[in-house]
Amino acid sequence: MRSLATLVLGVLLVVAALGAGGALAEDDNAEDGGEAIRGTLTAEGEPVPGVTIVAFDADGNEVGAGQSDDQGEWRIPMPGPGEYSATLDEATLPDDVELRDPERGTLEFSLRTGQERTLLFPLGEDERVLARFLPRASQALLNGIIFGLIIAMAAIGLSLVFGTTGLVNFAHGELVTFGAVMAFFINVAAGPGSLLWAAPVAVIGGAALGAGLERGLWRPLRDRKTGLIQLLVISIGLSLLLRNLIQLFYGGRSRPYLDYAVQQALQFGWVRITPRDLIVVVASLIVLSSVGVLLLKTRLGKAMRAVSDNRDLAESSGIDVKQVILIIWLMGGGLAALGGVFLGVVENVSYLMGFRLLLLMFAGVILGGLGTAFGAMVGSMVVGIVTEMSTLWFSTELKFVWALAIMALVLLLRPQGILGVKERIG
Amino acid sequence: MDFERILIDGLRAAVGPEAVIYALAAIGLNMHFGYTGLLNFGQAGFMLVGAYGVSITVVTFGGSMWLGILVGLLAAAFLALLLGIPTLRLRADYLAIVTIAAAEILRFVFRSSAANPVTRGVFGQQQFADAFYAINPIPEGAYGFWLISFGSHRRLWVIVVGWGLVLLCCLLVWALVRSPWGRVLKSIREDEDAARSLGKNVFSYKMQSLVLGGAIGSLGGMVLVIFQQQNHPDIWLPLVTFYAYTILILGGPARVFGPVAGSVIFWFLLSSFDTFLRQARATGVVPPELLGTEALGAIRLATVGLALMLLMAFRPQGIFGHRREMQLDV
Amino acid sequence: MSERSSASPPVVGPLADVQPEPGVEKPDPILVAHNVRRSFGGLTAVDVAHLEIQRGIITGLIGPNGAGKTTFFNLMTGFDRPDRGEWRFNDESLAGMPSYKVARKGMVRTFQLTKTLARMPVIENMKLAATEQTGERFLVSLIPPLWRAQEQAIEDRADELLKRFQLHDKREDFAGTLSGGQRKLLEMARALMVEPELVMLDEPMAGVNPALVQSLLQHVKGLRDEGRTVVFVEHDMDVVMDISDWVVCMAEGRIIAEGTPESIGNNPAVIDAYLGARHDEPEQEATA
Repeated sequence: MRSLATLVLGVLLVVAALGAGGALAEDDNAEDGGEAIRGTLTAEGEPVPGVTIVAFDADGNEVGAGQSDDQGEWRIPMPGPGEYSATLDEATLPDDVELRDPERGTLEFSLRTGQERTLLFPLGEDERVLARFLPRASQALLNGIIFGLIIAMAAIGLSLVFGTTGLVNFAHGELVTFGAVMAFFINVAAGPGSLLWAAPVAVIGGAALGAGLERGLWRPLRDRKTGLIQLLVISIGLSLLLRNLIQLFYGGRSRPYLDYAVQQALQFGWVRITPRDLIVVVASLIVLSSVGVLLLKTRLGKAMRAVSDNRDLAESSGIDVKQVILIIWLMGGGLAALGGVFLGVVENVSYLMGFRLLLLMFAGVILGGLGTAFGAMVGSMVVGIVTEMSTLWFSTELKFVWALAIMALVLLLRPQGILGVKERIG
Repeated sequence: MDFERILIDGLRAAVGPEAVIYALAAIGLNMHFGYTGLLNFGQAGFMLVGAYGVSITVVTFGGSMWLGILVGLLAAAFLALLLGIPTLRLRADYLAIVTIAAAEILRFVFRSSAANPVTRGVFGQQQFADAFYAINPIPEGAYGFWLISFGSHRRLWVIVVGWGLVLLCCLLVWALVRSPWGRVLKSIREDEDAARSLGKNVFSYKMQSLVLGGAIGSLGGMVLVIFQQQNHPDIWLPLVTFYAYTILILGGPARVFGPVAGSVIFWFLLSSFDTFLRQARATGVVPPELLGTEALGAIRLATVGLALMLLMAFRPQGIFGHRREMQLDV
Repeated sequence: MSERSSASPPVVGPLADVQPEPGVEKPDPILVAHNVRRSFGGLTAVDVAHLEIQRGIITGLIGPNGAGKTTFFNLMTGFDRPDRGEWRFNDESLAGMPSYKVARKGMVRTFQLTKTLARMPVIENMKLAATEQTGERFLVSLIPPLWRAQEQAIEDRADELLKRFQLHDKREDFAGTLSGGQRKLLEMARALMVEPELVMLDEPMAGVNPALVQSLLQHVKGLRDEGRTVVFVEHDMDVVMDISDWVVCMAEGRIIAEGTPESIGNNPAVIDAYLGARHDEPEQEATA
């Protein structure tokens, strides 16, 4: 079961990066050389004593517990580096104090060797109830649009590859991760400020990886008349392989880029956006509209859509189908890599980021109608917005559930997707 | 390099609870994929509801573990119905996406704080299988035979009951697939429109297959948590399903004992490979700083992925299967 | 292939007095379609105002590519749903009935691209098709004594049919190893295991080695001679003229003509529909 634990670690890590990132602060001042977590509990400026905090390892085993003292301070020695979660026992809080955000009662985090880490459990009145609905809704909508744009960019290749070859590529998420990680290594090696040119290099890398997979793997398999279901299972193996190769080089931790890590948010009316997120939005819009223009206006784009609509017909009308598919892989790989860089900028870089995005990409692609690029864009925007807007009413832990549930519902009611055309049977 | 150690560790896993658990999961998948052609990628979800059927019944509601097993089986059957009604009419690839999504939805929901009162969320549930160990007739001690270690009497008890369960499931599958019922399943795998044109209610048979295979998979989930005496949502990652598929392809789909052989071989290889890597590190063949615990896990998983790719590309009929049969794949 | 077989001449008796005009009423129809319409995204594939299929004869369904013949088959057998319309088999409405129930009612179809079950032996292909097998029920299947006798009877019947269709020496082979013509034969023999009243054959000669065509034609006639009704789609006019007792011609989804083979050959509407149409190429529509 050790292997399971390894993956559990990774997933916890991602969720930690997503859900609790803001509440974690790092502190490398180890007092006794051993790993530990600590913190100070205060509400309205007053220390809160006698509150129990329990730490668990990735498998959910209790590894330690502690209580806040009269200064509100607490400390729990930990058994070693790794992935953990810590939970504040709400039952031990005084009656007039509660968690400011009820979902932050459990924090997930990773510990390095010798690290002593400070965890914040913000106490006081629930801020979320106080915030007015419309501003919060606008902010969630904006976050959803950012997320949706990133999913859309990453998902175009997935959809076009399906449309042209019938391959349901479970390894598409790893193209996203590859782009993000490649940009990370360049960024770290070349120092702050390098992300601007690291991103295009990562896009080229992603395109090369996509094309390489097509030439070295998928085309030979198709030539051998390998069945589509076999190909699907092979793509799952490939996903496992690539993801863990990336982990081997990158490690299991989730890290930010050197650039744009901390920024002051700009306020526009009800919504706040950091300059880096603004750049991501503008760049995504430019890239996506360029893809749209490419598909609609150029010969190449028309050929792509023709191959996607009816491969045999396209082939008989003189289109070099193999060439078109190769270009789709180039484009899809590059876009996925760029989506990965943007996702790394907005959140963090981790070896699991692409796999986590995969189901959401599928949701977007299916919502929009498998095989169409514009469908993938529309569907992905829906997925991104639903994901973020759901946090207005429901727990953030469940935000992906709604997107996946909508996908299932769409398959039930309209299997061809929002923009898809009903296929003829028989 | 201690090759005997490598062999011993491999054998220990090959006969151990891991092999039992994954054999059960893969027998269920064999029903789905091997015989019916259903691409269920949510087997982890069936295992999850089986496992939580046991742990919730005991921990949350204070019921008996045996009742919990029944609850787990019923929950798996219910999940199959819930999942099957909308999805069994879909194409195979859609089914794969929806089932993996459903399993992930279950995991997210079970680990959410909203579910805390019932599932204890990320804390998981512990100590619910005492009833199983209470009836253990094996005297206390450590057991083994030749190079094969069975571990403690508790582990041996899980092994004995587990393999018994595997054998029973194989017997059930064997009896089913040689009957006209099994013939209908295989016809659906080959071409469901043909089966329809001959008067077979394809949907009903797919559903029966989904329920049966899901229930067998849920047994695997129960064995896992009963063995570990703890249950946690993040045990049930998509990776569990991927392992089960690798095992199924390894042993050969649509063969009654394929999943069993596959699981034994898979865990033998995986564990001995693990020990091999650890020894390579310990003896300095590979510099230890290059091969941390994290790297070990990554290498292991990457190898599984590569094996799955190679098997599916070159021997989709499994290592024992006949080439002839799979060449007809359409 | 224009050689006429004299063994069983066309059955004209019951239809001798029927006028050769589209949608004409027939003395003893087994299948009646009325106002059946199916369109795909604005394109009308089938729009049949009225059609009756006479019991006990061979009806040929012809028409240029894209005339809607296969779609019409799909609609009648429950493999596709029409936008509107009704159709009755043995005076029972089939609208909304799933395809497997249609088959059980006694209307069985074959496919243009043969759907043999590749990784199952020929004999298993045959045995599968028998209806009302008790051993196909989940719990019963676990107790072989409950179904063994029936299984044996089915197997005997299957063997008989395999002999009749010259497939008996392939009995244990995987169906996927058969030649194109043998697959067509297997599909036809398998359809007979259902004991259908009406057999709908979608291009039974497509892709078949010419040497086998005559044998296939004899088998089709054999179906009629043992009292079954046959409807078949075919492109080869010689074949149609050879074995049909009645011919229906479709174009752009509509029935444009019907009549005896002789009258159809001279029908100006039919000639019009075929002019410029590449009727020698197999139809593309059923490959989706």
